[in-house]
This record gives sequence, C-alpha cells and structure tokens, in this order.
Amino acid sequence: MQCDNCKEREAAVHLTQIVDNSVTTLHLCPQCAAEKGVQTSANVAKFPLSDFLASMGQGVGAHLAPDDSSETCDFCGATLKDFRETGRLGCPHCYDTFESHLRDRLRRLHGSSHHVGEVYLTSEPAGTNLQEREIGEMRKRLKTAIETEHVELAAELRDQLRALE
Amino acid sequence: MSFDLSLLRDSGISWLDASGPESGIVLSTRVRLARNLQGLPFTIRTREDDRAAILEQVLGAGNASKHLEQATLYRLDELEPADRQLMHERHLVSKELAGLEGDRGLKTSAAVLTNGELGVMINEEDHLRLQCLRSGFALADAYNELERLDIDLGAALPFAFHPEFGYLTSCPTNAGTGLRASVLIHLPGLVLTKEIAKVLQGLSQVGLTFRGLYGEGSEVVGNFFQLSNQTTLGKSEDELLDHLGKIVRQVIAYETQAREVLRRDAAMVIADKVWRAYGLLRYARSLSFEETMNLLSGVRLGVGLNLITDLSVYTLNKLLVFTQPAHLELFEGKALTAQDLSISRASYVRRELEADAARGSQ
Ligand SMILES: [Zn+2]
Ligand SMILES: [Zn+2]
Repeated sequence: MQCDNCKEREAAVHLTQIVDNSVTTLHLCPQCAAEKGVQTSANVAKFPLSDFLASMGQGVGAHLAPDDSSETCDFCGATLKDFRETGRLGCPHCYDTFESHLRDRLRRLHGSSHHVGEVYLTSEPAGTNLQEREIGEMRKRLKTAIETEHVELAAELRDQLRALE
Repeated sequence: MSFDLSLLRDSGISWLDASGPESGIVLSTRVRLARNLQGLPFTIRTREDDRAAILEQVLGAGNASKHLEQATLYRLDELEPADRQLMHERHLVSKELAGLEGDRGLKTSAAVLTNGELGVMINEEDHLRLQCLRSGFALADAYNELERLDIDLGAALPFAFHPEFGYLTSCPTNAGTGLRASVLIHLPGLVLTKEIAKVLQGLSQVGLTFRGLYGEGSEVVGNFFQLSNQTTLGKSEDELLDHLGKIVRQVIAYETQAREVLRRDAAMVIADKVWRAYGLLRYARSLSFEETMNLLSGVRLGVGLNLITDLSVYTLNKLLVFTQPAHLELFEGKALTAQDLSISRASYVRRELEADAARGSQ
C-alpha cells in the first residue's frame, strides 16, 4: 500500500482518526510518519521519554504538530500548518520565517541543508548580505592603501575590518 | 492564438531521433532546473496579476537570450485541452503546467518558451522550470546547454537564492540546485530475467528514484523507466549528474548482460516473443495504448538483439509518442471514443511500420 502523504514509499503506519464524526484511516510510510511527528515502534526509541509522553497527551491521530503551526510568514501569509498540509512553501521568505523547521526538513530530505552547487551571482547581488559586500569593499581599499603606502589609512581600515569580522 | 508544433525543430521531437549515445537502450535525457523570482510568492500563492508579471519578466529575459533564439511561445492558458494534452504527450510541458493534474487545474499565464529541446516553463510549480531534452544518454550535454540558459536568465532576473539553502523552490524537495536529471531507459532484459526488482531496490539505496514514461505518478509501461536523482541539495550539480551517470552506466551494463543471458539461454523463446510482437503491431486492427507499449518493447528488444535488422529505432520512438490519444485525435481531426482510439492507433502503427519496411527494402 502506498503512503498517503508522499505517494511514493510503502505505507507502514496506519492511523485511524476521527474527524467530524467520521472515521478515516491514514496510511503513512515511516519517513512521513516521523515527519508528521507520529510515534511508531520504529522511531519511538530515538525520542526522549519526555517527548514520547508529551505526544501521548495529544492522542494518536490528533494533529501532532507542536503549537508553532500558526507561525506566519510576514510576506505571503503562509503558516507552518499550510506547509504541512500542502508540502509547499508560500514564498522565498518562508525559508527565513520557518528556517529551523526547514533546516531539519531539508536534512531529512537531502541528508544536508547546505547548498554546495552553483552560487547565484548577479551584478546586483540579491541574496548576499550588505555586510559581506562592505567587507569586500574595505579589503580592496585596504589593499590599495598598503600598495600606495598610506600607512595611517591602512591601519584604520585594518582595525575597522577586524571589528566587522 | 495559433498552435503549430511544426514551428519547433523537428516538430519538437528531435530528442527522439535516436542519434544520441546509447540510444538503443536510453531513449532520452532530460535535465531541469527550478528557479523562482525574488519578491513574489511561489506559484501556489500567486494571483492572476502576479503570474502575468512573471510571464512578462521571464519572456523579456528569454527572448533576449541567444540560446532561445529559435524558440516559440505557447500559452497553455489559451490552448484547447486537446492541444495541451498533445504538448504534454510530446514531453514539451509537464502535466501540471498543461493543467491536466486533476485537482489543480490550468493556471492563467501558464506558458512555455521552447525550441523543442531547450526551453523554460513559466508559472509551473516554480516560476521557472528550465528544461533541456536530448536524444540518448547525454547528461553532460543537456546540462551544459541548460546552464548557459540559466546564466542568461539569471543575469536578467532576480532569482530567489539563499546562502545556506541555495535556490529556493516551492517544494523543499527541489531546493538547493533545483536540478532534476532523468534518463528514460528501456529495460526489457532485466524485466524478463526478473532482475529488475533488485535493480530498482538498489536505486533507492543510492539516492535515485524511478518513474514511468510520463513522469511523476505515471505507471511503468512497456518496460520504460525514468531514472532520476532524488536529492537536490548538499551536492553540486556535477556531483549529482556524475552520480546519476555512473548508476545509469551500471544499469545499462546489467541490461546488456541480461540480454546476453536471454540470447544464450532462451534464444528461441525470445525470438518468438519478438516476432509475435512485430506481427501484432504490423497487422492488428485494434490496439490499446498499454498493449502497444508492451509490443513496442518487444520489437525494440528484437532490434537491440539484431533479430530485426532493418527497422529504425527512430520509427519505434516516434510510435511511442504518436500513438497517444491526443496525437491520434489530431491525425483523425476529431475527438475519438476509446474504441475508435484503439482502431486509429492500430492503423497508424501499421502504416508507419509498412513505410519503414518499404524504406528498408529500397
Ligand atoms: Zn510517505
Ligand atoms: Zn512566505
């Protein structure tokens, strides 16, 4: 049987929920079950006892999302709950809003959260932060100052750079 | 709006011309990159005017790129369902962009700018899905071409990029490189020798996935598999492509071995299977799509084993595409019932095989 969530892997966890007086059964693979925070005999051992007890309190099949599910992205209005339901984020800013949650998710999905591929560079870098550019500029000025033997300026720039870095 | 696929190089099926490396076993290679524009919501949360703005910006950048000089714009949102289906059958657009993904439907400003091999889908799940299709097993070629387009578009458009997470995508499964490479491969030897389950199981252990002929959620028919990378983050584009490439090479080697085993241990059984398949395709009066795929698989194996010598792989590849419903309806010039489709399919296959045989005997 296919997992209801990812529709890829084999379902191993079968959850019976009662929603609006009707009984539905959710079939999940171990990965998706773990992502939804459902405790299974396979993954329960990995969780500390306190987590396990806390999840017991909510009852199996309830939305096991912690209370951060109402956290909202300022830019697009998406919540963590939206993301959990659709599997899709609302906008690029969501990656900052839900950063720690996403970092975990990305690690589970890809084995890493750290991009090592092509770096996006344009003449007007959109992603890089101001401080990095500032430091780059100061390094250039420092180099020029040393080359042209402006000792005092060089010393001043070096101190400023140290403070920034 | 006019709908004319003949504007594309070889009507948009040059990637099926069997000219690429390993094209006896590997039909085609596809690489795509997912990109989004900074400052706008992802497609799932876009409004109509957002999507119109995205289309305009991407077209501005795409039309200025010399890599898309010969490209044609197709506005999916202005096409009839049959034409959208046709574009999907020809692998020029995803099911999602064509608005054929059941619950999600067609979006306004959904479009593709393509020359048939290289193109960009606009307002797909991500704002941009750059894709390159190539004949045979050609990962590096396809990616190099795609990368050049990515550089052009990236210089003109503000892509959403995060220093830690890389290129940001609507679904975190695509984040990082945004790269998905897939190889469409024909594995009848492994299926017949019952080795296929082992191979497919092995794939998931090395971070690859497989799908059917028509991508996500599609069933495996005719022993055609699409192998692709599962992860997109934490490895560079080259590492992802190298890894997939190595595994595909291995799968090709296994398939070749399996065919040798068949030739050695079951020569008569296989020859009979192959020629029966050819006979049915050549003379049947009604063929379902699935049956056609399975028979084509048998005939293709026959060509691979040199049992059938004067049939071109290109003809077989074309049959895969042109025997699908929207293509047959286009030929007949009208909508067809399931029964009429099967009749039309059989007559199309018959004509093509006859024509190929006539060319071969000249
Ligand atoms: Zn799952
Ligand atoms: Zn957002």
